[in-house]
Amino acid sequence: MTVIVEGRGLTQDYHVPGGLFGRAKTVRAVKGVDFRVERGKTLAIVGESGSGKSTLARIIALIDPQSGGTLSIEGQPVDISRRRPSPELRSKVQMVFQNPYGSLNPRQKVGDVLMEPLVINTSIPASERRERAEAMLKRVGLAPEHFNRYPHMFSGGQRQRIAIARALMLNPQLLVLDEPVSALDLSVQAQVLNLLADLQDEFKLTYVFVSHDLSVVRYIADDVMVISKGVAVEQGTREALFANPQDAYTRQLFAATPVTDVEAIRARVARRKQARAAAAV
Amino acid sequence: MSLLNIRNLTVEFATATGAFKAVDGVDVSVDKGEVLAIVGESGSGKSVSMLAVMGLLPDTATITADEMTFDGRDILRLTPAERRKLIGHEITMIFQEPVASLNPSFTVGFQIEEVLRLNLGMSRRDARARALDLFRSVGIPEPETKLNAYPHQMSGGQCQRVMIAMAIASNPRLLIADEPTTALDVTIQKQILDLLMSLQEDYGMALILITHDMGVVAETADRVVVQYKGRRMEEADVLSLFENPQHPYTRALLAALPENATGDRLPTVSEFLLAEDMK
Repeated sequence: MTVIVEGRGLTQDYHVPGGLFGRAKTVRAVKGVDFRVERGKTLAIVGESGSGKSTLARIIALIDPQSGGTLSIEGQPVDISRRRPSPELRSKVQMVFQNPYGSLNPRQKVGDVLMEPLVINTSIPASERRERAEAMLKRVGLAPEHFNRYPHMFSGGQRQRIAIARALMLNPQLLVLDEPVSALDLSVQAQVLNLLADLQDEFKLTYVFVSHDLSVVRYIADDVMVISKGVAVEQGTREALFANPQDAYTRQLFAATPVTDVEAIRARVARRKQARAAAAV
Repeated sequence: MSLLNIRNLTVEFATATGAFKAVDGVDVSVDKGEVLAIVGESGSGKSVSMLAVMGLLPDTATITADEMTFDGRDILRLTPAERRKLIGHEITMIFQEPVASLNPSFTVGFQIEEVLRLNLGMSRRDARARALDLFRSVGIPEPETKLNAYPHQMSGGQCQRVMIAMAIASNPRLLIADEPTTALDVTIQKQILDLLMSLQEDYGMALILITHDMGVVAETADRVVVQYKGRRMEEADVLSLFENPQHPYTRALLAALPENATGDRLPTVSEFLLAEDMK
């Protein structure tokens, strides 16, 4: 199996400038994270707010340069602080963001949203750009007549489809998805997860899937990394991690996740009845 | 007898393109000390019906109901003075964005004391003491110090605790919580839900929990109302709902949960609706 993306000892420091009252300080948001993802696989990065999961995602997506450690894409070390990524490298890695209301330019027509990556990174002629954009719209479950519409004319789920379509325009190897279904309703979430699974099969895509939702992770991931305060506290295959979580934080996360299991509900209802009966006596 | 009783509630909004029915003939009732979950996706009207009870809807909304009573009193026919005594005292509400619900310019202590002074007529000194008690009972660490903190100095979970403290200040008989944990991390969500449930039991108040999250429903509710596009699809006690959902929409919603996935694909609710339309 080919390793598509690998991180070794990745760190990220944010410098907080001193103001009138405070001193300048450095916050280490990611503290030395290792991982590797093989072609066609999905690595889920799970954590709570402030865990550094999105910071890590931005490093992997070649948006922010890491402060330390090495990031390799298809075996080639990449450091975007030294050299701007080539169009070829940019085409390999694309990102989908959480909020489809914020990640699409409200003044840009959907067709232009999809064609822009091609304009910037390739020399494909205009007519073919349009053709490809229309084909991609169809592929993600929209229609070619949506080409000339603006983002506000679409629902949240449709917008996330547009964001996914934009990410796929350059035939990437790796898609970094930062909470792609968190802002969506349950039914729409199911549609988008299905779409992501189909696209992964069809284009042999590799996913890095950032999420706080363990039930989604359990459904979509091959491997899981649990991150807390910038440290990867536990990593493993989905089966191993869900069957037998080792780290205390992972267990805490599992315990806090609501379960919809009928037996668990039966037990809770029974406990409550008992407590009420006891209170009534 | 039920505490809150609503029959055939309809809420219409006047829009530029004509009237829009956000809630269409919904019945809601909640008993003393009961936890009712109203669950639905966005646009299901789950918040609007409770905002109608609280009188928090804009002027463009037209509210009609065959019955809307709280403890036998008709909510729709209250004088403004009576309404002020009921809403904010006997019925209180908390919202999804705790940080946005608080005024950033005042300390949280000032804001909770304001509730106590204006609503309950307490003196400054009494209000201070009671605020401290309330902060302790909702589990805010270092309550003395935190009374002097501004909302931005507290985390989202702590702000929600402050909101809950304000909401229970008057010993309400009904607390309406509109997506109280949606903006919070799962570990914080668990803490807040545990807090709401223990307060609910200690104070014996009824709780209406508005949510889109089936997990939250499973962990808290006694009884559940499922809403879709302003209409009530199903009402059942929590165990029957999960064990043996009657309405096809409820079944589809439960099947769309990733943890219930069988095979590679998740059934989606719109697939269900398409199948329904074919019939």
